[in-house]
Amino acid sequence: MATSVSIRELSLSFGAVTVLKDLNLDIRDGEFLVLLGSSGCGKSTLLNCIAGLLEPTDGQIFIKDRNVTWEEPKDRGIGMVFQSYALYPQMTVEKNLSFGLQVAKVPQAEIDKRVARAAEILQIGPLLKRKPAELSGGQRQRVAIGRALVRDVDVFLFDEPLSNLDAKLRSELRVEIKRLHQNLKNTMIYVTHDQIEALTLADRIAIMKSGVIQQLDDPIVIYNRPRNLFVAGFIGSPSMNFLRGEIALAGDRPVFTTHGVTFGLDAYDAAEPLTPGRKVVLGLRPEHIMIDSDVNSPELHEATVDIEEPMGADNLLWLKHAGHTMSVRIGGARRYAPGARVRMSFDMGLASLFDAETEDRI
Amino acid sequence: MANVSSLNAAASFDSVSGQVAGPRGKKPRKALSRRNIILYGTLIVAALYYLLPLYVMVVTSLKGMPEIRLGNIFSPPVEITFEPWVKAWATACTGLNCDGLSRGFWNSVRILLPSVVVSIAVASVSGYALANWRFKGADVFFSILIVGAFIPYQVMIYPIVIVLRELGVYGTLTGLVIVHTIFGMPILTLLFRNYFTSLPEELFKAARIDGAGFWQIYFRIMLPMALPIFVVAMILQVTGIWNDFLFGVVFTRPDTYPMTVQLNNIVNSVQGVKEYNVNMAATLLTGAVPLIVYFVSGRLFVRGIAAGAVKG
Repeated sequence: MATSVSIRELSLSFGAVTVLKDLNLDIRDGEFLVLLGSSGCGKSTLLNCIAGLLEPTDGQIFIKDRNVTWEEPKDRGIGMVFQSYALYPQMTVEKNLSFGLQVAKVPQAEIDKRVARAAEILQIGPLLKRKPAELSGGQRQRVAIGRALVRDVDVFLFDEPLSNLDAKLRSELRVEIKRLHQNLKNTMIYVTHDQIEALTLADRIAIMKSGVIQQLDDPIVIYNRPRNLFVAGFIGSPSMNFLRGEIALAGDRPVFTTHGVTFGLDAYDAAEPLTPGRKVVLGLRPEHIMIDSDVNSPELHEATVDIEEPMGADNLLWLKHAGHTMSVRIGGARRYAPGARVRMSFDMGLASLFDAETEDRI
Repeated sequence: MANVSSLNAAASFDSVSGQVAGPRGKKPRKALSRRNIILYGTLIVAALYYLLPLYVMVVTSLKGMPEIRLGNIFSPPVEITFEPWVKAWATACTGLNCDGLSRGFWNSVRILLPSVVVSIAVASVSGYALANWRFKGADVFFSILIVGAFIPYQVMIYPIVIVLRELGVYGTLTGLVIVHTIFGMPILTLLFRNYFTSLPEELFKAARIDGAGFWQIYFRIMLPMALPIFVVAMILQVTGIWNDFLFGVVFTRPDTYPMTVQLNNIVNSVQGVKEYNVNMAATLLTGAVPLIVYFVSGRLFVRGIAAGAVKG
């Protein structure tokens, strides 16, 4: 598949602060790529570089195989949607949508056609004569998406577009953005710090930390096979349980041991040999731990319920187990009182093992 | 029925002990509380303190000289006369010219209009450039500008006289307009830069993505949102330039004196009779312009904010 956006050895520093370092990224035509990371990781900076709003210190940016590194934002074939909507307050919705086209001296008939089409796709037709101040947050963001839509661009850039909305609107608009992508099939690059948005929307997620992409994969792989400790801890809510220990041998089988308990590693798909004595971190997601009636392995551990957090559909138990605390996700109907004893087993096929030194996946 | 009877029971209980009802809803406030008396008392005294001289000026300007000589400065005029106002405007003498303040008024207008328009136009564009188009050396430029705002004018008068002389505009209205425009620059640029910095940066980014250039963004996006700050800048410049005396007396000649300088020459003349009524009228006339501007545009200013020009 052809590449749509291609970033080559991109670096950006503000004085002594390096925000992006030697970053390479290829985004396929029609792909929905999410840049995910906590604030200050450089994800918005990268997006601004792609948009042409920030000049990189070094490196190149290609859009549709054209080197746009020195191009003005308007000549790059991109549309951008901002977190604060950035609608021009003194203009009506219609003027907001057509401003870019008027600046580009597009004939009026063509402008009307494109505005009408965008209004139809986003269902903002009745709002065209209103000012942004008279719109709700969701409507404003829809207009902002429309502004990118009318420009008939190859690539859509979204800079945390849903962060200013309340939870309900956010999930509604999330679905709409996904539907929009399915209908338009444009390339979309979406910056967010919200992992739910990333997991639900993305074809591929690029998780960033300190200006470096930690892992670039589709959401399922990122969730189940995180490449390092940072990715493992960042993705998933409630987050993965981490147990520090080392690899040992029980007979001739490798096991993970910590605080006097052992976990068999037969089912674990290791990329490197599991040498005994190696210091490692075992990562277990809350839903990959089975308790009581669910246990599906002969290897059982005992634990005590510390705290119960009912969340409706799910019930989250915090268990005290051999010197550490573990969270376990069970069905919402199953209730436990604090202090109750439970038996548990682990789905080691879905566990993750990281080197304690390098923090990379083994 | 049960409800009614229980209500009655509650009401009777209430009237006995007063405990069931208790405080409810809005807490009543006394109009003549100690707090209000102190607050309004202070405000009224302060207002009187400032209004009294104004009152004296107005009544004196409406009296004839014989009445003034009686010395009752607080008493209202027995015979109201507008003679002093007419004289102050049209026939009072300053030096060789005997056409009153009207000459100074028109001089001041001719100084004021270009100075205000040019200084605000230039300062708003430079403030916009400093806030949004970060060019090389922008910070240094800005620091220099701020330092400029704190240098006392008097230090620069002599060098400016020489510069204006060399340019051939010393003693002309053009020269004074140039001086006012330049001296308004630091504070106005600072004002506009801070205002444009406070607007969301994403708005500017969105306009750039839409393909708008420097001037298109300025005129079509920034300017319509900056109405309140333009009014503030206008008030500052109009009052500052109209009330200026120092530059007016240094950089102009008698036939181009602004109103303030002329007023001074009328009031401070040492020959002949002191015409207090004419002096008062002349002073009121001179002070009227900034006052009117302030009242009119002050309301506009509030309206500008209320109309949501700032909120996006």
